[in-house]
Amino acid sequence: MKIVVLVKQVPDTWGERRLDPFTGRVDRESVDRVIDEISERALEVALSLKDKNKGTEVVVMSMGPSSATDGLRKGLSMGANEAVHVLDDALVGADAGWTSAVLAAALKQTGFDLVLAGNESTDGRGGVIPAMVAQRLGLPCLGSLNIVEIEQNSVRGERGTENGTARVHASLPAVVSVTERTPEARFPNFKGIMTAKRKSLTVLSLAELGMEPTTVGGRSVVLSTVERPARTAGKKIVDEGNAGLELAEFLAARHLI
Amino acid sequence: MSKVLVLIEVSPAGEIRSTAAALLGAASKLGEPVAVVAVAPGSGASLVEQLGSLGAAEVFVGESDLVGKILGAAEVQAVTAAVAATQPIAVLVSNSVEGREVAGRIAVCTGAGLIMDAVDVREDAGRIVGTHSVFGGGFSTESTIDGGLAVVTVRQGAIEERAAAAQPVVTSVPLTVDISSAGVIDSVEDVVVSSGRPDLRGAATVVSGGRGLGSKENFVIVEQLADALGAAVGASRAAVDAGYVSQMYQVGQTGTTVAPQLYVALGISGAIQHLAGMQTAKTIVAINKDEDAPIFDIADFGIVGDVFKIVPQLVDALNASK
Repeated sequence: MKIVVLVKQVPDTWGERRLDPFTGRVDRESVDRVIDEISERALEVALSLKDKNKGTEVVVMSMGPSSATDGLRKGLSMGANEAVHVLDDALVGADAGWTSAVLAAALKQTGFDLVLAGNESTDGRGGVIPAMVAQRLGLPCLGSLNIVEIEQNSVRGERGTENGTARVHASLPAVVSVTERTPEARFPNFKGIMTAKRKSLTVLSLAELGMEPTTVGGRSVVLSTVERPARTAGKKIVDEGNAGLELAEFLAARHLI
Repeated sequence: MSKVLVLIEVSPAGEIRSTAAALLGAASKLGEPVAVVAVAPGSGASLVEQLGSLGAAEVFVGESDLVGKILGAAEVQAVTAAVAATQPIAVLVSNSVEGREVAGRIAVCTGAGLIMDAVDVREDAGRIVGTHSVFGGGFSTESTIDGGLAVVTVRQGAIEERAAAAQPVVTSVPLTVDISSAGVIDSVEDVVVSSGRPDLRGAATVVSGGRGLGSKENFVIVEQLADALGAAVGASRAAVDAGYVSQMYQVGQTGTTVAPQLYVALGISGAIQHLAGMQTAKTIVAINKDEDAPIFDIADFGIVGDVFKIVPQLVDALNASK
């Protein structure tokens, strides 16, 4: 079975994340860039199948600037067989429609039985890409799975929503997105890091995908970007026996009770 | 007036989800609200009156036996058919797990552009403009769509406008749903919240508990304060992972994003992922025994101390003042 895992490089959530005030895009220069944790969890689902079933082939795929190579290398050192990097200057600032079209084209070219992705990135948080890629490929999408069970010709699992859970399944090929309820990803070990250097990392341009840098339908445009003033600490007290009463007074003064 | 489609979320039991009122309210700011529902044949009629009371000027009913049995495909079909029939200027969908998947697929099917996770919408010279709160409220941006229909996912609980009640015109069409490319639903566990407390999304006051409470039994103190304040109950991911409460209560980067008038954090250290889900609250109160907890950096009123001593005293004071 061939599994392609879509991975996204994002600003590390432990640092300060910023938007470029002129373009409204994520400032990817001033921050530590890491593979999104949810992408790593999707990769873990694929790798744990590979642990059990040696015939499993795992490909990590990323669309992003040249720095995305670091994330793909990490994916290889965790245990993926090969990596595909969709890299083209015309993709800077790509919206969800354009991103999903390019990923769908790259997936078609790479070939797969199953596509795995995170349910939403920690930066954009749109949560639409897996479903859009599936729609473009004419495939079923099982989104936001807490539990993923991959079988020979199908995939099933538990889907988590705001309103509860559902048991769902689809025949392969299919697109699946996972939630942070799936197991935490493994760390690359020394052997993995050494062998990763010999693994194949293919770079694909739009031309190599047979795509023109044009829009696919309506295009999202950022009109303005404003930074909110940082929230500051207010009053802080140490309880000396009457903090509950002081808090009640504070709430009353602000008309919150 | 230009028409604005609203995809109404319907529960497995056939009831309109609570997100409908805000979506129709948002639509009324842009044009004439047209509610779109995908339902089993014959079960749309019972929803019309309620949708009218929430402000739908028209109700577009897509009927299919497959509704509730497959993931999203019937809803995508219903909206796509309604787009062709009504030529709207925008389609509004809830920014829920189900809604945004459907929104993305509608955008692909209709060649529309996406305005994602909007906390407000407005019309500006014929264009739809969405406002976004990015990185947990650290930035505010506005976006629009060039050259196409706008499909907008609207953040739950963000829109306060409500549309005036209307007598809706009803259109029913049978849907032809392609099941070859659909995910299949085997069973559904719809969690019915019967606590009588307000819904976490959109609540004016939220009381959340964290790992610092120590146990599932101790979490009851969150509920006690919530009831004294008339608040919704929330939790940090650590509390959810520790099994104190179900995932539905999770506030944070994953989980629900809230922006209440008052947010009370009990035993929550304030991991950045949690702050991203609540730091646009108007007033933040934190109680934690660790004086270095990051939650104090953003709290308007912070108390270093024992939740189990302070909260009962507060609850008594609140009850005494009633």
